[in-house]
Amino acid sequence: MQLRNHRDFVAGLMFIAFGVIFIWASRDYNMGTAAKMGPAYFPTVLGGLLVFLGVLIGAGGFGAKAPELRIEAFQFKPITTILVAVALFAYLLPTMGLIVSLLLLIFISSVASHEFSVRDTAISAVVLLALSWVVFVKGLELQFPLLPLALAPR
Amino acid sequence: MELLANLGLGFATAATPANLLVCLIGVVLGTLIGVLPGIGPLATIAMLLPATYKMADPTSALIMLAGIYYGAQYGGSTTAILVNLPGESSSVVTTLDGYQMARQGRAGAALGISAIGSFFAGTIATFLLAAFAPPLAELAFKFGPAEYFALMVLGLIAAVVLAHGSIWKALAMVVLGLLLGMIGTDVNSGVSRFSFDIPELSDGIEFAVVAMGMFGFAEIIINLEQKENREVFTDKVKGLLPTWDDLKTAFPAMCRGTVLGSILGVLPGGGAILASFSSYALEKKISKTPERFGKGAIEGVAGPESANNAGAQTSFIPMLTLGIPTTPVMALMVAAMMIHNIQPGPQVMSSNPALFWGLIASMWIGNLLLVVLNLPLIGIWIKLLSVPYRVLFPAILLFCCVGAYSINNNVFDVFMTIPFAILGYLFKKFDCEPAPLLLGFVLGKLMEEFLRRAMTISRGDATVFFTRPLSATLLAMAVILLAIVFLPGIAKKREEAFQGDD
Repeated sequence: MQLRNHRDFVAGLMFIAFGVIFIWASRDYNMGTAAKMGPAYFPTVLGGLLVFLGVLIGAGGFGAKAPELRIEAFQFKPITTILVAVALFAYLLPTMGLIVSLLLLIFISSVASHEFSVRDTAISAVVLLALSWVVFVKGLELQFPLLPLALAPR
Repeated sequence: MELLANLGLGFATAATPANLLVCLIGVVLGTLIGVLPGIGPLATIAMLLPATYKMADPTSALIMLAGIYYGAQYGGSTTAILVNLPGESSSVVTTLDGYQMARQGRAGAALGISAIGSFFAGTIATFLLAAFAPPLAELAFKFGPAEYFALMVLGLIAAVVLAHGSIWKALAMVVLGLLLGMIGTDVNSGVSRFSFDIPELSDGIEFAVVAMGMFGFAEIIINLEQKENREVFTDKVKGLLPTWDDLKTAFPAMCRGTVLGSILGVLPGGGAILASFSSYALEKKISKTPERFGKGAIEGVAGPESANNAGAQTSFIPMLTLGIPTTPVMALMVAAMMIHNIQPGPQVMSSNPALFWGLIASMWIGNLLLVVLNLPLIGIWIKLLSVPYRVLFPAILLFCCVGAYSINNNVFDVFMTIPFAILGYLFKKFDCEPAPLLLGFVLGKLMEEFLRRAMTISRGDATVFFTRPLSATLLAMAVILLAIVFLPGIAKKREEAFQGDD
């Protein structure tokens, strides 16, 4: 038997892994009985179900009738750039304030696009910052530190 | 007649200047994000949910959020017709014939019929909502924990059946969603489950965070990987009014679409998407000239557009009467109500009549606003489509990040979008539908709670679900649904129907 549907196979593995993780994480909690379910009962049952489904799905990748499907290539740049941008935003917001964090978010995430242009990004950054100020700070009155702590008025 | 009195209260509530304003904001915003591909009502409502904390009146919050949802159905058809890109997943079928009409120079007629059909459907659906909600709420009072559990099972099975692609994978996604929903404190025992000593996790993961990560960020990442070009028909869209002939041909399709959409919208897992797909299939099946479909048949636009609007509105019924969200968007509405300390369920109608009827009335007002606004504003929407994606997606990221932060004023929620973005990305690579996971996530703790209570009452007897008539019926429906899908003929039809989605 040959592996034809790679997507199903890996998806199956992923589900099995999740199922096992949840079953394992539930081992410390009380199972209880069917009439009086403890915190571990439902998660364990569901975890078992997930493992079962994962096996079914993974196995479905083999066999002559399975569609021939590979996994599309993972491109390193978009996902890492975007997630780094988000992480940096979250990390810096409390200390560096909204303005700096948003600027970094806009610039770094823009790099992820293959059509990146510094000029366009700069213009849209200004527009977006202004828009954010109007909508979030004035309009919705959300609370943020705006300026970096070091510069904040005392 | 009581119905008229209730509607009177509703319109009085919905027509206050404040509520009219939020309705307008909601539908305009909804149309806007419906037009823009890459962002949909789910992510937008998730982004705005924290903002509704600030609103003093829960009715206003719901009116705005609802406006976004059905407004997006209007907007999605604009992009579908002009750019062959569904701005909204329920507009996929509109691309089939709508875009062809545009290529034949009949974009105006297509857009016009789409707006008219949507308004027609919206009006009727609002009436249905008003007429059927009270009896349904009555029925809901007879629901015990066993029935609620069975209903949720039906809902999740329906979501699986309607998901794009493999049933088993969708089922697995539902189960995974249920499990993720269990992270947090278990109400019954007080045990903090799966929180790995992280205090923020004891309250569970915020739904908006999951939605933004898996739907918003993952979508952006995938889009960036595919460097596509869009062909846009932005040259003058003339003749926005369809001809009398067009109207005559389209009218029966509109009626059928409305009826079909209204019924399908109420079903768990239903809503706008299922409605539009089914309507297209129906129109093609009963047409005397099916070969016209796919080449610019106006029924192929009128039917689905009416259906998706009807479906979007009637999907509020289970949420408003039973308190059960049947789609992820409804789950967000439930969250919005709970933020304002309103417990969704059959008692909402009697304890908050102004909210209930005001929301219903606002839907009709919203539809009116949409049809009045959209026709003249089409020029502006078209301009928007020419905003390059490289400018658009950082804006989406910005709104999501700020929104996520503002839920609890804690950057933790922003960090949490990252693992879900990764998950969402992986799921797309492996052909797994994220929507069932979201539904499972929302229903996870609720399902456990109802299961527990039902089992406690029956003292561990699992057959209680089958001996109580209502519950047994619901479970039987779920089984029938599953069986239908596995029948060979239907399996192929499903594949065909979803072909167009890629």
